[in-house]
Amino acid sequence: MTEYIDLKTPLENATIEKLKAGDKVRISGVLYTARDAAHKRLIEMVEAGNNLPFDVKGQLLYYVGPTPAKPGQVIGSAGPTTSYRMDTYAPTLIKMGLKGTIGKGSRSKEVIEAMKKYKAIYFAAVGGAAALIAKTIKRVEIIAFDDLGTEAIRKMEVKDFPAIVVNDTNGGDLYDIGRKKYKIPI
Amino acid sequence: MRQINTEQITEIIERLCTDANYNLGDDLITSLRSALEKEESPLGREVITQLLENAEIGRKEQVPVCQDTGFAIIFIELGQEVVFTGGDLQEAVNEGIRRGYKNGLLRKSIVKNPIDRINTGDNTPAVIHTDIVSGDKLKITFDAKGGGCENMSRSAMLTPAQGRKGVIDFVVETVRTAGANPCPPIIVGVGLGGTFDYSTLLAKKAILRPVGSNNKDKTIASLEIELLEKINKLGIGPQGLGGRTTALAVQVETFPCHIASLPVAVNIECHSHRTKTVVI
Repeated sequence: MTEYIDLKTPLENATIEKLKAGDKVRISGVLYTARDAAHKRLIEMVEAGNNLPFDVKGQLLYYVGPTPAKPGQVIGSAGPTTSYRMDTYAPTLIKMGLKGTIGKGSRSKEVIEAMKKYKAIYFAAVGGAAALIAKTIKRVEIIAFDDLGTEAIRKMEVKDFPAIVVNDTNGGDLYDIGRKKYKIPI
Repeated sequence: MRQINTEQITEIIERLCTDANYNLGDDLITSLRSALEKEESPLGREVITQLLENAEIGRKEQVPVCQDTGFAIIFIELGQEVVFTGGDLQEAVNEGIRRGYKNGLLRKSIVKNPIDRINTGDNTPAVIHTDIVSGDKLKITFDAKGGGCENMSRSAMLTPAQGRKGVIDFVVETVRTAGANPCPPIIVGVGLGGTFDYSTLLAKKAILRPVGSNNKDKTIASLEIELLEKINKLGIGPQGLGGRTTALAVQVETFPCHIASLPVAVNIECHSHRTKTVVI
């Protein structure tokens, strides 16, 4: 099995430019969460010229809507949601300095171009491994849009959060590479 | 006539919500284990291993295996000799969902209106399908349907001339286009025949069969086998990272159709297939 690359947030271009599609990473530090409804509000804030609830520079955004925590847990189950629904919004945040997103499923050409131009990474976490992933989340705080429930923006502290690089800053795409490798003509 | 109090329905539904979301079925686990043995991609094997480990955590710690605890889909087979006492059946079902999702700490994923998108706060209403059958039994199936895989589902009205090949092309293309999005390895439910609306219901019913079971009709069973083989040549693999296991199963249900039509519906189900049935 391949070795993991340890990443610590916030991330700098020098670190992420070394990452290649297919690299397995373990992320420690802070992740911010947002999914459909929160993204809509974030982009409306950008368009209105207002400050966002957190500074996206150097940060990673995790596309997740967790289940409620049991007593004694910091969070319930928390696996990735499908990323393409955030494709409309992602380039704006990447242009503002966001260094990466974590989700599952493929991204649009626009997002991939923005990642190449402004240097950002798209990571996949294992969809449906939500109870397993939750064990790497150590602290959680809701920092905005509390009324959105599961869709509120959370600041998470994670230790060794498992992910894999799908899109790197040079246009490498693991979904393409993987599919080509195992495809049998029909 | 046999009397059933609707309060009993509420209690059953509440229990099914958590049971399905915490404890994946033995049929699914067996299917994942068999996929693990066959998978050639090291990364694919690693993904399946994590899914099995995740299922184990769900079962041991009684927590949801996936954070998307689904739209609650309820199938009721109602024996015509049953009479309900107590209250309204639909309300009893929704009260069960309300309690199950609140007390079981499941995610509330339903919005009141597709445009305004305000969360209902309790994961109601359920989508309820009722079939009246003979006898005095009541069969209730709960299915937690995730949004990610449901979004990758499609239907089409093919022409009779397109036939078997047209069906295969449409199903394979739907899975190819879905790629990594619906959380492969997936279960592919196919509804063939009926009308535009009925084909989609058949596709959902197909998903609810035991994972990997073939249709009793030999012609349809051979179609299922051919579809599974073709889909697993796409190379998408576990989580779309490349590999042999794109689908764990293809399950087809059929119904007679009009001489002018060939309705086909593909309902995609993620590997986190959460369904439980109770008969009373």
